[in-house]
Amino acid sequence: MAAPMLRWWCLGRRWVLACIDGGSRHGRGAAIGFTSSRKRGQTSVAQQPLITSQKSRKGEHEWAAVVGLEIHAQISSNSKLFSGSRVHFAAPPNSLVSFFDASLPGTLPVLNRRCVEAAVMTGLALNCRINKKSLFDRKHYFYADLPAGYQITQQRLPIAVNGSLAYSVCVGKKPSRVITKTVRIKQIQLEQDSGKSLHDELRSQTLIDLNRAGVGLLEVVLEPDMSCGEEAATAVRELQLILQALGTSRANMAEGQLRVDANVSVHHPGEPLGVRTEVKNLNSAKFLAKAIDSEIERQIHELENGREILNETRSFDYKLGCTMPMRDKEGKQDYRFMPEPNLPPLLLYDTESLPPGADPQQVINIDWIRERLPELPSETRERLIQQYGILPEHSFALLNEVGLLEFFQNVIKETRAEPKKVTSWVLNIFLGFLKQQNLAVNESPVTPSALAELLNLLDRKAISSTAAKQVFEELWRSEGKTPSQIVSEKQLELMQDQEALERACHTVMEGHPQVVMITCSTEGGFLGSRGQGPPSWPAQGQRQPEHSARSLSTAPLLSLKAQANKGWPGYIRSP
Amino acid sequence: MTSRTERRGVSAALKQGQITPTELCQKCLSLIKKTKFLNAYITVSEEVALKQAEESEKRYKKGRSLGDLDGIPIAVKDNFSTSGIETTCASNMLKGYVPPYNATVVQKLLDQGAVLMGKTNLDEFAMGSGSTDGAFGPVKNPWSYSKQYREKRKQKPHGEKEDSDWLITGGSSGGSAAAVAAFTCFAALGSDTGGSTRNPAAHCGVVGFKPSYGLVSRHGLIPLVNSMDVPGILTRCVDDAAIVLGMLAGHDPKDSTTIQDPVKPFTLPTLTDVSKLCIGIPKEYLAPELSGEVRSFWSKAANLFESEGAKVIEVSLPHTSYSIVCYHVLCTSEVASNMARFDGLEYGHRCDINVSTEAMYAATRREGFNDVVRGRILAGNFFLLKENYENYFIKAQKVRRLIANDFVKVFNSGVDVLLTPTTLRGAAPYLEFIKEDNRTRSAEDDIFTQAVNMAGLPAVSVPVALSNLGLPIGLQFIGRAFCDQQLLKIAKWFEKQVQFPVIQLQELMDDGSSISEIEKLASVSLKH
Repeated sequence: MAAPMLRWWCLGRRWVLACIDGGSRHGRGAAIGFTSSRKRGQTSVAQQPLITSQKSRKGEHEWAAVVGLEIHAQISSNSKLFSGSRVHFAAPPNSLVSFFDASLPGTLPVLNRRCVEAAVMTGLALNCRINKKSLFDRKHYFYADLPAGYQITQQRLPIAVNGSLAYSVCVGKKPSRVITKTVRIKQIQLEQDSGKSLHDELRSQTLIDLNRAGVGLLEVVLEPDMSCGEEAATAVRELQLILQALGTSRANMAEGQLRVDANVSVHHPGEPLGVRTEVKNLNSAKFLAKAIDSEIERQIHELENGREILNETRSFDYKLGCTMPMRDKEGKQDYRFMPEPNLPPLLLYDTESLPPGADPQQVINIDWIRERLPELPSETRERLIQQYGILPEHSFALLNEVGLLEFFQNVIKETRAEPKKVTSWVLNIFLGFLKQQNLAVNESPVTPSALAELLNLLDRKAISSTAAKQVFEELWRSEGKTPSQIVSEKQLELMQDQEALERACHTVMEGHPQVVMITCSTEGGFLGSRGQGPPSWPAQGQRQPEHSARSLSTAPLLSLKAQANKGWPGYIRSP
Repeated sequence: MTSRTERRGVSAALKQGQITPTELCQKCLSLIKKTKFLNAYITVSEEVALKQAEESEKRYKKGRSLGDLDGIPIAVKDNFSTSGIETTCASNMLKGYVPPYNATVVQKLLDQGAVLMGKTNLDEFAMGSGSTDGAFGPVKNPWSYSKQYREKRKQKPHGEKEDSDWLITGGSSGGSAAAVAAFTCFAALGSDTGGSTRNPAAHCGVVGFKPSYGLVSRHGLIPLVNSMDVPGILTRCVDDAAIVLGMLAGHDPKDSTTIQDPVKPFTLPTLTDVSKLCIGIPKEYLAPELSGEVRSFWSKAANLFESEGAKVIEVSLPHTSYSIVCYHVLCTSEVASNMARFDGLEYGHRCDINVSTEAMYAATRREGFNDVVRGRILAGNFFLLKENYENYFIKAQKVRRLIANDFVKVFNSGVDVLLTPTTLRGAAPYLEFIKEDNRTRSAEDDIFTQAVNMAGLPAVSVPVALSNLGLPIGLQFIGRAFCDQQLLKIAKWFEKQVQFPVIQLQELMDDGSSISEIEKLASVSLKH
């Protein structure tokens, strides 16, 4: 209680009333909430706190965190938002700069239709209301990589508003429960990207690359409906998948095509919201959740130690694992917004409002775009569950990796194996190999056809599950060989000759009479203890009849024998 | 006084081979040199001009002239980007800046075979109404040296020094107006944001035409106020303005604010009957500061229309008096924004200070801009501050709408054109003009011209007569939006009635011959 007491004392000098009022922290919260923090929606206030300070054990209230996001997604387009310069990542510096991008006097912006369509598509996919009239504004600030001294954005009337984004978090371990949450989308606005400043500390100079200057951005503003780093990260991930499914942004965080700023505040549930900080440039999926959680912890720690949260901009230092105030963002910025006079209002139409005889090149029909929306990730997952009977969490896993779903579907197309089997192979073995070697799906040495063929072999019991894994390893190593080739080269096909198999079994058993004795005396038999043979049972069985006998198809046979011998050692490994 | 009828169109003379483009270009170049003291040009692009003239000559020889403007010397205000030719806006900020591209209007003129003589002087970044506030010094009004003005001055008893009583051109396109008035070119581009083409045209006795906003591309015009700027046309007669407009008008994919419909080049029909016209006389334009002389020319003009059978009625534009202050807020706000790009990084002036980027910005901008520009930037940023935006910018936008609606109402009531003065009085002597600061002058001088820019309407100043001092007085016609041709048609009729005298500069030149020759080829279009 020491800390809050101290806090009251401090506050008493400023807000005497709050102190007299029984020293309730409520009063303080209200004062701060209404003076320094921007107003937030009702839902966020009512939200369940997920983050709870350890100090709550001491009888204090719990803490709730409130997280809102501003996400900048670079629009995937051939040319920039207002100029004809090409858009390309990693081109030589300043090689993609038009006169307009360099802000040569007298140049004017000309809106790129593709960027507008991308914004409409994204807005529709995020359940937004598309504004049939939207406006462009200038946002002024001096910065070396902002050549015009202002950014053209949509401050007053953005292209899309009032949407929502549903994302799912898995709760608990097997069986895990998938909970769907929704975050409201305040707006989507079209705006220009800035150039890049490269600071050369050694020669104390700044180098400017304007290749990125003027590239179209979608700024997606998520209301503060999230309460921890994981939720924020999951929402961002879902948005990323949607953008990629739409093709409106490549949304690659590593290439800077998706950049996230987070607004974070903490408060006691039921009390007004706390002062927020903005954590800037969360440009890695890995650090997104971490940065937000560390900021939440910092704020709780500050407040519990009687300090105040400043309404400031911070950045995440991934080396230190905490957020730091940004020095160049100190002081209040007044962006002096002004309507962009060189761009008429952006008018969109639907089939009803489309002017008759309008030049299709000059008008954008929202309905037309809506009809052509591709399948969205949530729909894809639902379809996978329906079509293949796979688990919800598997549907998430399939979508989470770029190209994995396509790979999966290509395998499914060419194999007779059960979808569940395919899912299991793709998510466990295939993905495991990729992760181990840090490869992307499209870098895989195993093609969908090869895996399909392998699964076919497995499906018609031509090989055992264990052998299949061995074949897969071979496929991974030696590109160009087909599974069948590998199977025959390595003689991995199952022995179909009953007698030969029996002989082989006998040979093994006769070679290890002691082990047979021990095994027969154990309770339960091997069928009950799948995959867990007695510790002493040698791996020799795998060797003796070559590889062919260690397979499922020996199971009935061995089982008969075992029963005849009152028990039989098992060494069947679950696939 | 040379009679109009002796003169003929230069275009016809070129076609008939009476003069070659190169000869014409050289004559103009020599006149530019002789009138250098006017300070009308910042850059004379002699080499380029001669090369263009040579090419034009080849075309004429092959009988493949590109049209009425082929081989015609023109000048361009130095706030239009010209590829390979320095474009300064009369500012230290852009000294030495050579654009890599042509403004659309410049390109269109060059595509028609026009010969670019040079870039004309102005107030820094077109902020002013005198052409006195540029980094290259003030422009002198050619009429200061005219026989007409000198004769009247002689009657005055005091013995001032010859050159101390020279007159301003008005502005900000004073260089273009002077260049046209002094016969150094046949047409010039100006820009018009609050009257910057019409005002100097009136003071220099030439035609100054401001097209409808959106009719002519602004791409490449270094902006003052994007929502009001239009390229203006200065010529010695209305027909020429119409010819140039025909070449310039139409959609430009590089300027999203231009009209979509294609505009074809046209010849202005001659209006013979004005009896079906309704001429509006806005009563709010009868300002107390209006000189008696201008007022009397204005009413004479109204009487002229009436006597020819036109309906002349008094109309009201009730929000006129708010125009100046409204313009001030909107103009400075856009200026603050437009000038933000001049930071010394990509082009233009850069100071020597490099302790930090911010210090470099500050020093660059302090050194690069004059007081007028800096003052407007400061005021504009003040109006755009979050706490002021509603009270100033938004309010000014609303007033702007009211002003525009005033015109709409008047035109909807059946008025075809409005007839108003262009300026309060004739050109002021420089020494008198600079007694007041730029802001006061601009506020006063833009009084009749500025509301038109708020409403985006076409307007033209036509020289009417000489004042008692022997100085030109212009009157303004304001037309309905995009009825530019109709407006020019009426202006042409009026021009024919008033027979404005030709400036007489011969006696003041060492060699009167060159000027008289060009004077005879007074316009592009006269086909007498």
